[in-house]
Amino acid sequence: MDSKERIAEGENSNWRERKDKLFFGIVVILSFITISPIALILYKLIVKGYKQINLDFFFKVAPDTLQAMTAVRNGELLPGGIANGITGTLLMVAVASVIAIPLSILIGIFLYENQGKQYANLIRSLTDILQGVPSVVLGIIAYIWIVQGITKGFSALAGSVALAIMMLPLIIRSTEETLKMLPISIKEAGAALGVPYHKIILKVMIPSGFSGLMTGILLSISRVIGETAPLMLTTLGSTAINLNITKPTSAVPLQIWEFYNNPNMIDLVWSSSLFLLGFVLTLNIIAKRISNQFN
Amino acid sequence: MKSEKITKLILIIASLVILLIFAGMAWAMIKGAYPAFQKFGFFGFLFSTEWNPTEGKEAYGAMPFIAGTVITSVLALIICFPLAFSTSLFIAEYFRKRRIAIILGTLVDLLAGVPSIVYGLWGFYTLRPLIASLGFQGQGYGIFTSGLILAIMIIPYATSISNEIITMVPNELKEAAYSLGATRLEVISSVIIPNSRSGLVAGYILALGRALGETMAVTMLIGNANIIPNGLFSPGNSMASVIANQFGEADGLKLSSLIAIGLLLFGVTAIVNAIGKIIIRKFA
Amino acid sequence: MNENILQIQHPVLSISNLMIAYGKDKSAVRDVTADVKRNAITAIMGPSGCGKSTLLRAINRMHELYPNIQTTGDILLNGESIYKMSTTRLRRKIGMVFQRPNPFPTMSIYENVIAGYDLNGSKLKKGEKDAIVESSLHDVGLFEEVKDSLNKKGNFLSGGQQQRLCIARALAFKPEVILMDEPTSALDPLSTAKIEDLLVELKKQYTIVLVTHNMSQAARISDNAMFMYLGELVEYDKTKKMFTNPADSRTEGYLTGKFG
Repeated sequence: MDSKERIAEGENSNWRERKDKLFFGIVVILSFITISPIALILYKLIVKGYKQINLDFFFKVAPDTLQAMTAVRNGELLPGGIANGITGTLLMVAVASVIAIPLSILIGIFLYENQGKQYANLIRSLTDILQGVPSVVLGIIAYIWIVQGITKGFSALAGSVALAIMMLPLIIRSTEETLKMLPISIKEAGAALGVPYHKIILKVMIPSGFSGLMTGILLSISRVIGETAPLMLTTLGSTAINLNITKPTSAVPLQIWEFYNNPNMIDLVWSSSLFLLGFVLTLNIIAKRISNQFN
Repeated sequence: MKSEKITKLILIIASLVILLIFAGMAWAMIKGAYPAFQKFGFFGFLFSTEWNPTEGKEAYGAMPFIAGTVITSVLALIICFPLAFSTSLFIAEYFRKRRIAIILGTLVDLLAGVPSIVYGLWGFYTLRPLIASLGFQGQGYGIFTSGLILAIMIIPYATSISNEIITMVPNELKEAAYSLGATRLEVISSVIIPNSRSGLVAGYILALGRALGETMAVTMLIGNANIIPNGLFSPGNSMASVIANQFGEADGLKLSSLIAIGLLLFGVTAIVNAIGKIIIRKFA
Repeated sequence: MNENILQIQHPVLSISNLMIAYGKDKSAVRDVTADVKRNAITAIMGPSGCGKSTLLRAINRMHELYPNIQTTGDILLNGESIYKMSTTRLRRKIGMVFQRPNPFPTMSIYENVIAGYDLNGSKLKKGEKDAIVESSLHDVGLFEEVKDSLNKKGNFLSGGQQQRLCIARALAFKPEVILMDEPTSALDPLSTAKIEDLLVELKKQYTIVLVTHNMSQAARISDNAMFMYLGELVEYDKTKKMFTNPADSRTEGYLTGKFG
């Protein structure tokens, strides 16, 4: 054995291997700590929330404080449900989608068609910035634009606009990424047949990238459906079912906030959170399934 | 040919909407915040620690909220780093492409899907009593509890970016180190980390950007005291929280001050995100 | 004196009944038995997917980095089973050079050469390090070319220079064996010729095992050659003999370009 090898070999081999194993152990432990909250949260919501989930939960509006107090005093299930929140959420997400989806697909196509151009890069950077804007700030913006400017009062429309601005960057980027992944030959095949430009987009590219677009849309909906802060600033909430977009409206996350602030309604907090989380996670999983099929 | 021109025109008009949104945002925020800045001065508003809505003596300053936001977010980042980095080593290095890594990755993704208000509830009913029982702070509200919940909330973002960055380290470099007798830990510390450093930094900057703007969970845990926090377990308030809490009943100068805080928050997150994006683009 | 006796008793590498399978039933190397001669270049040839790279990587146990690998059989290094050694120790005794030059981009040329020592956490004095760096770079004929830029990152070097740097990095440990996985496949003909000359020079001090796709390269520089096909070691002989008078029809088919 020559001297260099002895130096290299040293006596540290065992220590190094032990350090390596120790580090691996730490990585595994920290990784499991990282994912433990999802299990703990689901467990808590299910254990505390399952008993309030029944037909009334979906079809009746939230109880008033008196009804809730009586029920709590008699040890009964809380009467009523979150029908006003569910309808409000569906209404606002629908309106937000109508605004955001076509617009962001068009902008996504624009970015794809203008790769490398300066103006397109500017739009792309602004889209990135938009994605980082805190949702509560978008609430302020929708408040100034819509609540102060158009509906002259809290309204579902204002909430929808805030949600729509949140959805825009997500769908724009996923549209662009999806189109980039399509083989260029698809486009060329259309062009070679003399198909007009708009038809190539509508009949060739969008259908080919449909599942990619769908994934982006579903993920963006799942992102905004649990948003609370922007809605607190824009739609305020409502105890009744409201389908008029110029009027204050409830939403599931807003109801969670109201239940949380009302000691008598604590049981409804858990069941509505369970419902919201279940809905969001299901959307997420469906979106992932679709995107896995696409890839 | 005519239809091609029309289509292109439609696409350009759609792209203009982004510019319009930004112009509209700037206009609305600046106009809304103007009365507060005019009354207290930009720096006066920025550095004042007063928050007094009493009529006649109205005075508003952003400093307590800036402090609360920055301290909770940085704390979140510090807690998040070892957890997120370990998780991405697990997913992108130790168990790369194996079933267990895919399962772990899916669970981390689910963590990203949990709404802020649900985190807030869980934090309120689980974390807060836990911290109170440790005896640091009577009811468990405050900076530390908020930082902890924020850390959990930004872990998925930090992890997924770190995953991508770590995966990008060329296999041949890792093999070169292994062939010289390095252990896995040594490969991580002398090949993976040096070759992905800037990307990782960018990832954690972007995660910080997330933390700065988080609202509901922090609102439910920070204690909503309009003071500069004086310790890790002190109650405080954040920029996003004060907006969410007080916007509904605000008008006049108070409304303007809240919008001004929103404008500052927008500016800070935009800068932090832009820095992160620029570093990451250079890296890739 | 003692060492000489050991060397006579044991071939430097002795592979016996080596079987390697990926997953359940994808076998990559089937029952290979072979001794590798000291101070010689042994080439491993065969069509792609024949298991030659897997065999090479089994010699320093690099194949174990990938999941679901099953290995049976044994490899002896100077009579000692490599499975009884720690991989860290084994890999210091058996160096490796890869298909594409892979100097560490975050390290200077100097740091690259000494990387093995640094990675292994050995504390050498500055003078010792300098001596190792200089002699290793000398051995690969790179010292004169880079002596003024030792503290610069190596990314300005040509592909051939980078590959020689990687060889120097492997030589720094004075290993018993150097494994080379198609070391010239990413290089231009001129750099390839330089590396080939270098290998012939290096075999005076080292034992070299070389996987190559390039039959004429094997013919030019190797002393012995293995031909592998579908995971099987079909033929192992003196290179001259194999190229002029192959014993197996499959070897002949490969060498005459019927498949590969």
